[in-house]
Amino acid sequence: MIKIQGLYKSFGDLQVLKGIDYEINEKEVICVIGPSGSGKSTFLRCINLLEDITDGVVFIDGVKVNDPGTDINEIRKEVGMVFQQFNLFPHMTVLDNITISPRKIRKMDSKEANALARQLLDKVGLADKADAYPEQLSGGQMQRVAIARALAMQPKVMLFDEPTSALDPEMVKEVLDVMKQLVYEGMTMVVVTHEMGFAREMGDRVLFMDEGILIEDGTPEDVFDMPKSDRTKAFLSKVL
Amino acid sequence: MITIDFPDIRFDMIWNYKELFIRGIWVTLGLTLIGYVSGVILGLLLGMGKLSKKKWIYYPCKYYVDFFRGTPLLVQILLIHLALIPTVFGESLGYFVSGALALSLNCGAYNAEIIRAGIQSIEKGQMEAGRSLGMPRGVAMRYVILPQAFRRMVPPLGNELIALLKDSSLVTVIAANDLLYAGKVVAGAYARFWEPYITVAILYLLLTYIFTKVITYVEKRFSNSYVPSQRRRIFSFGRSAAGG
Ligand SMILES: Nc1ncnc2c1ncn2[C@@H]1O[C@H](COP(=O)(O)OP(=O)(O)O)[C@@H](O)[C@H]1O
Ligand SMILES: [Mg+2]
Repeated sequence: MIKIQGLYKSFGDLQVLKGIDYEINEKEVICVIGPSGSGKSTFLRCINLLEDITDGVVFIDGVKVNDPGTDINEIRKEVGMVFQQFNLFPHMTVLDNITISPRKIRKMDSKEANALARQLLDKVGLADKADAYPEQLSGGQMQRVAIARALAMQPKVMLFDEPTSALDPEMVKEVLDVMKQLVYEGMTMVVVTHEMGFAREMGDRVLFMDEGILIEDGTPEDVFDMPKSDRTKAFLSKVL
Repeated sequence: MITIDFPDIRFDMIWNYKELFIRGIWVTLGLTLIGYVSGVILGLLLGMGKLSKKKWIYYPCKYYVDFFRGTPLLVQILLIHLALIPTVFGESLGYFVSGALALSLNCGAYNAEIIRAGIQSIEKGQMEAGRSLGMPRGVAMRYVILPQAFRRMVPPLGNELIALLKDSSLVTVIAANDLLYAGKVVAGAYARFWEPYITVAILYLLLTYIFTKVITYVEKRFSNSYVPSQRRRIFSFGRSAAGG
């Protein structure tokens, strides 16, 4: 479903991604781990072209993402993204945060969009917050709204960039629970995370990245219990 | 020893010219409001142009803003009235057209900087969130960025309105019948200077006072919380006075 070949990304002279090849199949859950600054966010952001790609190709459903002829907005409709800092729209109610894109981009009428939004809010456990503003919510609630907002576009893939890193510890679980539910529903997901428990339990594959290179890739058992690379071992000894 | 010989003040002469002053107020208000509204629209286009990555959009906008901010408004008014309009149209279109055009173009340049700074002050994540939901840049700008940026622009845009109101007096040099011009006419007719110019000053003060009130109202309306029920109450002075 997602195919990445020879992906390089530089910011000026700084080479952040150094030739990544990877393939993600439908309904797979990929957890990306690695030290901070290793290029995990950049990797994720190259998939939906929030960063332009220096070299290499990314295909989603057979369409080359970084092709001048590709309408990137069409691609992004199918690729949901959840950010570490939530990035909810502070001037809109929770309901409007969720319906704005279905209404403006999918041309859904308000009634239908509202019904969809309420259904998604119910799913993330925030049915009573439809008319609240983001500033009235806790971090965990905001992140759950952000997930609902991304789901409202009915994407085929969801990208998560450290969705629980900005949260107080007691709110991490409520967000992870929502993500687990998505896994059970068969969503294709790429999750950058420091939650090793989640990666072990939910990941079909775990991907260890360091200095812009894929160091290790395998099932959670492979990576966590029998890491091949010394770098992986060193990293895991620090975080586990 | 210096003796200051204050003339006996005669405000009756002002009264005789009241129509001229009233007309002056309307002209000043008209020029200011037209200049401001078109200045905001122009500023929006120029401000977004200055944020463009496309060089052929960025540079014209940048040079435009640099020119109108870097040269005196008085010079711009004269250039437009005496050179630009007669050259393009073959004749003068009158002081009002020249004045309104000069104020609009000038105000647009100043507003461009305010609007650019306002847009840039919105966290990068907001545009990214919009784009990641499939919004084209323009849609994200319209529904996500501008509504937030606008709140931050309100105070400086308000200052700009007051500044424009006062600067509009420069159109007097092209014989516009504005407020200052009324004072000049009276001063010329009676060869007296205290009464007409004090009157002019007071009337400008009155106008800036009214404008300031309106701006304060708008600022309060848009300040602090996005939550409607938590916005500062604008008419609370009525309540607290009654409640004691
Ligand atoms: N927009 C940018 N401009 C310049 N350098 C960047 C930018 N974004 C990220 N980087 C750099 O790229 C490297 C990888 O960043 P990132 O992908 O955010 O790592 P991670 O998510 O693994 O912590 C870091 O050294 C970071 O400073
Ligand atoms: Mg990161």
